[in-house]
Amino acid sequence: MVDKNQQIIDSTLDQEYKYGFTTDIEQTTFEPGLNEEVITKLSKLKKEPQWLLDWRLKAYESWKKMEEPTWAQVDYTPVDYQALSYYSAPKYKKNDSLDDVDPDIIETYNKLGISLNEQKRLEGVAVDAVFDSVSVATTFKEELSKHGVIFCSFSEAVINHPELVKKYLGSVIPRTDNYFAALNSAVFSDGSFVYIPKGVRCPMELSTYFRINAANTGQFERTLIIADEGSHVSYLEGCTAPMRDENQLHAACVELVAHKDATIKYSTIQNWYSGDKEGKGGIYNFVTKRGKCVGDRSKISWTQVETGSAVTWKYPSVIMQGDDSVGEFYSVAVTKNKQQADTGTKMIHIGKNTKSTIISKGISAGEGQNTYRGGVKILKNAENARNFSQCDSILIGDKCGAHTFPYIDVKNPTAKMEHEATTSSIGEDQLFYCNQRGINLDDAVSMIVNGFCKEVFAELPMEFAVEAKQLIEVTLENSVG
Amino acid sequence: MIKIKNLKASIEDKDILKGIDLDIPKGEVHVIMGRNGSGKSTLANVIAGNEAYEVDGGTIEMNGDDITEMSIENRALQGLFLCFQYPVAIPGVSMAYFLRAALNAKNKHDGKEEMDAVEFLTSAKKILSELGLDDSFLKRSINDGFSGGEKKKSEILQLLMLNPQLAVLDETDSGLDVDALRTVAKGVNEFKNDNNSVLIITHYQRLLEYIKPDVVHIMIDGKIVKSGDMTLVHEVEKNGYAWLAK
Repeated sequence: MVDKNQQIIDSTLDQEYKYGFTTDIEQTTFEPGLNEEVITKLSKLKKEPQWLLDWRLKAYESWKKMEEPTWAQVDYTPVDYQALSYYSAPKYKKNDSLDDVDPDIIETYNKLGISLNEQKRLEGVAVDAVFDSVSVATTFKEELSKHGVIFCSFSEAVINHPELVKKYLGSVIPRTDNYFAALNSAVFSDGSFVYIPKGVRCPMELSTYFRINAANTGQFERTLIIADEGSHVSYLEGCTAPMRDENQLHAACVELVAHKDATIKYSTIQNWYSGDKEGKGGIYNFVTKRGKCVGDRSKISWTQVETGSAVTWKYPSVIMQGDDSVGEFYSVAVTKNKQQADTGTKMIHIGKNTKSTIISKGISAGEGQNTYRGGVKILKNAENARNFSQCDSILIGDKCGAHTFPYIDVKNPTAKMEHEATTSSIGEDQLFYCNQRGINLDDAVSMIVNGFCKEVFAELPMEFAVEAKQLIEVTLENSVG
Repeated sequence: MIKIKNLKASIEDKDILKGIDLDIPKGEVHVIMGRNGSGKSTLANVIAGNEAYEVDGGTIEMNGDDITEMSIENRALQGLFLCFQYPVAIPGVSMAYFLRAALNAKNKHDGKEEMDAVEFLTSAKKILSELGLDDSFLKRSINDGFSGGEKKKSEILQLLMLNPQLAVLDETDSGLDVDALRTVAKGVNEFKNDNNSVLIITHYQRLLEYIKPDVVHIMIDGKIVKSGDMTLVHEVEKNGYAWLAK
């Protein structure tokens, strides 16, 4: 029986990646290579002020002296940074009107299930669409501006809101923070910018949809979200890319700033191309995400559903500086075939009565390797800080792996920490039980896995919880025999 | 309803069932009694198609169809239900979700419409109250943190909801106090009618005070060594199994 199951496991897991198509469109693409000239050219092209160019160049200087990190439990062909192109954009000019967006691009997003037509879009969700290196459209801008909410591409924010960008850029992730963050700081091309004014509850979900299309380019986007005092925002990002034999690099930075009494909820559904069964191709997803609870009673909550990418290196973190601030991290990470994920979070408690929650669910199938790496740091002045961590792993088949690396550093004796970790297989007995009630294998697996992920899916905005559930079902279809 | 002929089965090369013959017609309740390790639970699992066991010979027929090679879920969809001795927990999957999935799989197989939520809740709630369970039971993760009694009642709830043609009760009486035993027995009696059959597997006679079997079989070392009526139960009660073994 075990043999039979194994055979089926081996012969499957090759569920077609739905989003693997390429859009044939004229693009302006930089020659491969990275140096000061390329950065200057990029900055000029974007009509950036001198201070930003200087900032980029300083980041580049630091990056050159840094070494690519090797501590993660991942194994991949090194990236040749000089062989990448650092900018690729569709050849048309972005206007304020959505009517002017290239029909091919609109069609691309339609195929991805993202309508840029405001009437057809899910009610209550505004979208910023990033195609390779640039934002191609942002919906519901007018509606949002009535509430004082700024939601635009990063490039537009640099032009229209330089004071905000200058104040907050790099305030959470310093440009020398780590190798990939430094690289991103030097070459980031676009991304989303959000500002929620004091006391405003953002009237709709905001989302950015990242699409990699061009070959041999890296995508380096930068997202900055600022929630002013007493404001509230829920933000979601989604990601897909064409199927290619070569690996492609995605090195993003996301910075969140929550002022007094503000709440930021940031959700990710990451479905980059993961490579084929043999592990050929796929996206390297090397991302730095961090939020800072600057003010008292502020809250930052990360929820991620990670199903794509060949290699994931990502630790959305929260710095709880304000007293009574809250950091949360809810994660479902799925690896199948030869995918590798090293993901987790860092919760840094600085203020008094700060509270963090970590719920991490790792699902490994095929030959996938799934690592949870999480740090909880409680500093000296963080009186009565509390952390609860729960890291559960589920294994499907016997060729995959799950690993847990918790790091705990407590400098204040009043801290309360709880850590729970479990690893289990989808049991033959669970499958037998479901089958005996007439439920077939695929339905049984998706039911068991969805039950396993329930606490995390419950954190996603409703529409996306359904999407996440379906994504997991498709990803794991036929993964058990 | 079910006809088993010369059924032989093993697990990890250890022979457990050594030629079982059993015929349960429609409308009858049969009991298999025997000591621990006699192969009773193996029989229940092999009837349900548990792939942990190897069938080495013989046939199982249900309503005239040979189901010996049939998949677990197809047997279930044909109307076979196993009340598990140790029902497994599935964390995060609510009883309601699970039951509806099972009912819908069955309805789909039978070419019927999916059961709507109101209809589902109405019949589930009725059965819950008969079993002395609160409605909130439906919201709990299936078998997760259930007491021994709740686990068995959950099996009976599923039995009554799915209304199969053949119910195999594997040690459903074990680990129950008298009240829970009565409740479970009441559920089984409610299920029973002229068009379905029940196979009770047990090594106590106490459940049989509440459910009256038509035929009693005694199983020793993978074989049915004697069949008879309730008097056989009383004999076993008085004299043990030794006199039956040869």
